[in-house]
Amino acid sequence: MIQVENLTKYYGPHPAIQDVTFQVKKGEVLGFLGPNAAGKTTTMRILTGFIPPTRGTARVAGYDVFSDSIEVRRRIGYMPETIPLYPEMAVRDYLGFFAGLRGLDHKDQRVDRAMEICNVGDRADTLIGKLSKGYQQRVGLAQALLHDPEVLILDEPTVGLDPKQIIEVRELIKGLGGERTVILSTHILPEVSQTCNRVVIINEGRVVAEDTTERLTNRLQGAERIFLKVQVPGPQVAALLGKTPGVLSVEPKGDGGFEIECALGSEPRPKLASAVVQAGYGLLELRPVGMSLEEVFLKLTSNEEKA
Amino acid sequence: MRNTLAIAKKELNSYFVSPVAYVVTAAFLVLCGLLFSLSLNFYREASMRSIFYNMPIILVLLSPALTMRLLAEESRSGTIELLLTAPVRDWEVVLGKFLGALGLLLAMLALTLLYVVILLAYGNPDRGPLLSGYLGIILLGGVTLSIGVLTSSLTQNQIVAAILAFVGLLVLWLSGGVGNFFGGSALGSIFSYLDLTQHYNDFANGLIDSSNVLYYLSLIVACLFLASKSLETRRWS
Repeated sequence: MIQVENLTKYYGPHPAIQDVTFQVKKGEVLGFLGPNAAGKTTTMRILTGFIPPTRGTARVAGYDVFSDSIEVRRRIGYMPETIPLYPEMAVRDYLGFFAGLRGLDHKDQRVDRAMEICNVGDRADTLIGKLSKGYQQRVGLAQALLHDPEVLILDEPTVGLDPKQIIEVRELIKGLGGERTVILSTHILPEVSQTCNRVVIINEGRVVAEDTTERLTNRLQGAERIFLKVQVPGPQVAALLGKTPGVLSVEPKGDGGFEIECALGSEPRPKLASAVVQAGYGLLELRPVGMSLEEVFLKLTSNEEKA
Repeated sequence: MRNTLAIAKKELNSYFVSPVAYVVTAAFLVLCGLLFSLSLNFYREASMRSIFYNMPIILVLLSPALTMRLLAEESRSGTIELLLTAPVRDWEVVLGKFLGALGLLLAMLALTLLYVVILLAYGNPDRGPLLSGYLGIILLGGVTLSIGVLTSSLTQNQIVAAILAFVGLLVLWLSGGVGNFFGGSALGSIFSYLDLTQHYNDFANGLIDSSNVLYYLSLIVACLFLASKSLETRRWS
């Protein structure tokens, strides 16, 4: 549905994104993940036809975002990061305006449906400026859904919402996948694991990883990690653990806890357990630690290790 | 065209939810009413010439207030991002904004038709100059508004947009004088030609000259073209 190839954008001499390449299949929800100023918004603005790329191509539904911009824009629903609202307009009029701007037929039904999907119908005649942030966010989303677009591009859709609203918006987005192709950008990691099938991680304008959420987490686990807690802490414990075969490193976590990194497949847990018990340190806890997406992300974006 | 009209309609509506339309319309009517009653009382003349002759300064003063918000506010608040990612061409956005402002001007002018009614009821005015005068105002207003649309596309700041529009309009207004200063030279005749009021006076006198119509229409088209180019440039920066 979306093919992005070697997309590069310079602002003056500074590249905002460089050789960004990724694809999104129909019906997928793609998480576009990266720290602030990584180039997420720039990429989305190029896809929506707001700004042209310096180099590279991007196609949406087979149309080039630059040369067939209008065709692309017809097929995209877009919610920018700062939701563009006219505070002096009522919700219904605002949506009606965008329906008119897009030249849609059956304006009233479309407006009603978008309000229904986004759950803002009860504020249809309220001025947008008087709505809470959560409502405003959903009005922005309703605007993006008005024309029943094939592709939805949402730039940080949950920023500035309270936890309850965040959950609502995420559920809404999850429900939109399947029939629609969705790209959503965020720097909040749980959002990606909760809502997206696939994730593209971008840092300093370059794509550093692209895969499904689970595979990405697995792939990056070069080593297994174990958390172990003893009753009698001390440096001698660390020394003992370090001597156990298969253990690569031991990091004290305080309160008698240690994080142990061990070679893949070595499974040193039985040995660790018996060593601790025999030495009389009192084994309190022993469990494997999975690498969270958060750690994967930090690993990728702090340039320590490239996947 | 449908999307252009959607923008025009939205602009026209939003004038009436802000105080701007009311303040400008009130100011416009006070000035027109003053001129009309003066000419009626002192000169005993069944015409609107005093309004027509003074219209350039009224429009130069008032129209930047109508146009300063149009595009500047959209780019300040970020709503421009939705307009420019909707399936609408840049020139359609500019044209829609212009038509919205022109709509308000026409509404304001419609209110002055009351004077025409009064003249027709109590006197026997010459109808030709009334018609040509109104046509002149609409064309002149088109120019003052399109210059405002252009300056509003250049900045995010409404005040800056208004000041730039004032300066642009005053330059056009004074360019006749500049033309005289340069005498009969080619440069002088260019400045004289650009004079905003010189082309207008014929209309006020009851004369519709196609070259004057062309002057105003080409200025309008040029300003709107530049405004849409300025939007486009913004994408590239």
